Amino acid sequence: MNPVLQASPLDPLLAPLYVLLDLWSAFMFLLWDLTGLALLQYQFLHRAILVGLCIGVMAPLIGTFLVHRQLALIGDALAHTAFAGVAVGLFLNAVIDLGVSPYLTAVVVAMLAALLIEVISETTDAYNDVSMAIVLSTGFALGTTLISINAGGLAVGINQYLFGNLSTVSPENAAILLVLFAVIVATVALTRNQLLYVTFDETAAEVSGIPVTWYNRVMVMLTALVVVGAMQIMGVILVAAMLVVPVAGAAQISGSFNGSLLVSIVLAELAVLLGIGVAYYAGATAGGVIVLVAVAIYVLAVVAGKVRTALGDDEAPTLGAIDAGDEPTSD
Amino acid sequence: MTGPQSSAASDAAARNGESPAEAVIDVSGVDFGYTATPVVENVSLTVAPGEYVAVVGPNGSGKSTLLKLMLGLLRPDEGAVRLFDEPAHAFDDGDRIGYVAQQASASTEMPITVREVVKMGRFPHVGFGRLSTDDWEIVDDALATVGMGDFADRRITNLSGGQRQRAFIARALASEADLLVLDEPTVGVDAESVEAFYDLLDALNERGITILLIEHDLRAVTDHADRVVCLNREVYFDGPTTEFVESDALARAFGTTASIVGDAG
Repeated sequence: MNPVLQASPLDPLLAPLYVLLDLWSAFMFLLWDLTGLALLQYQFLHRAILVGLCIGVMAPLIGTFLVHRQLALIGDALAHTAFAGVAVGLFLNAVIDLGVSPYLTAVVVAMLAALLIEVISETTDAYNDVSMAIVLSTGFALGTTLISINAGGLAVGINQYLFGNLSTVSPENAAILLVLFAVIVATVALTRNQLLYVTFDETAAEVSGIPVTWYNRVMVMLTALVVVGAMQIMGVILVAAMLVVPVAGAAQISGSFNGSLLVSIVLAELAVLLGIGVAYYAGATAGGVIVLVAVAIYVLAVVAGKVRTALGDDEAPTLGAIDAGDEPTSD
Repeated sequence: MTGPQSSAASDAAARNGESPAEAVIDVSGVDFGYTATPVVENVSLTVAPGEYVAVVGPNGSGKSTLLKLMLGLLRPDEGAVRLFDEPAHAFDDGDRIGYVAQQASASTEMPITVREVVKMGRFPHVGFGRLSTDDWEIVDDALATVGMGDFADRRITNLSGGQRQRAFIARALASEADLLVLDEPTVGVDAESVEAFYDLLDALNERGITILLIEHDLRAVTDHADRVVCLNREVYFDGPTTEFVESDALARAFGTTASIVGDAG
């Protein structure tokens, strides 16, 4: 089974990652030998599974910081602008034979849109539904227009971007995703303190010397990266679900922030793996199945959260006196 | 209603004998309005290291706005604000300021424990790094100080308003700042704890920490602060608490009906 082998100008840059993909594939073949799971025999599914696993980490990782600032819908807006980016890429490939993956142009356009949303919100002092809706529709309108201008050849290819597709994850796109994944995880790992403070209490974060505006910009741009990365499997229309649904589930069953981060990743990975499995055996589209599984997990999490509250380990702890005499803090 | 008592302000500055260079906070000739209508007008005041200053004034008098100007969260239309001798808006030495906001500035739905909130007080010290054992000790001590040790692993959204406010006070303590800025910190805290909380502020002030308190509860102010700034758009009074109690600034700033509740002692 030969993957779609198309030469890309980025191939020399991505070469080390292709080695990594081969290693991963070898590992999957080994797993196939051990388990006999039929879906593990296809190399394109190996890549899809790897991409899915990365999505399962990075989407809830970023989503946690978005959802708790009531920015759940920003992923949706950026996905639609990313679609415009895809259209730009397809257009350029058709017109000037650029030969790069449309996902790369999607990255560029979505990041610009992310900055635009952020700057609009800075000047109007609020993230508002209206500006988000305008950016969203503009992106989608631009995308459909570009595609219709170039109709014929292009219209064939857009379903995979709208709905995602397991079988079109080319080595190049998988490698691009690995790069996005590394950038996202490294940025969050480095700035987790600042991101947490800004998410929880923007004013206090500002007072404590954190340049809040810059972190907000970083956050929306990371969101754009996640959205484009996850689009390959999830599709434009459903990609936002991965940012939101596992995070909402985790918030139901976890009391601490670090705990909720971890739980949301576990829930997302569950949804991705179960979703890809079910989609393969049922012959359904993976994006839809993954989201349905994620929502089912969310419902279970809500029930589990309610049951736990009802059963309650809730002996109210004793509230101590405020201690003025002692040293409030020691060195 | 007479005009603002600007002479009292300059008297206070003269009495303190501070030059602006040494001031923790230096506000000079500040005007600010969200719209064309000024919310804060021609305000000048200086807070010297180790002072315990309370800003009082009726609702809508611009107290919180003045605080935001002092912290550099807003930039004045006219005049200048300096924080530790740097322009306030450019000040980023976050480990020098502990801040307790009015309720509701923080997220109310996020899953996060009390200890994780107090931990944020250490962020200006650790930057991109991890909290050391010492940092965690400071966090736990701050929790113990506000009597919330048993609540450390509770989710903050499940707490009462007063308990939550204690957690924010603990966060400010954990920052080990030179300057504590508190915006009506005891709203929602039960009466008994309020008294203990002000005793805690007194103790901190005795150890040399500068305290700037925005407060609605006039008795707390007259019992504890050394100096009172009475604000209603303009500064109506700025001087020692004892003089404030005897002056008519309160009546002028609040209108005629206000009086200091209880015995100012």
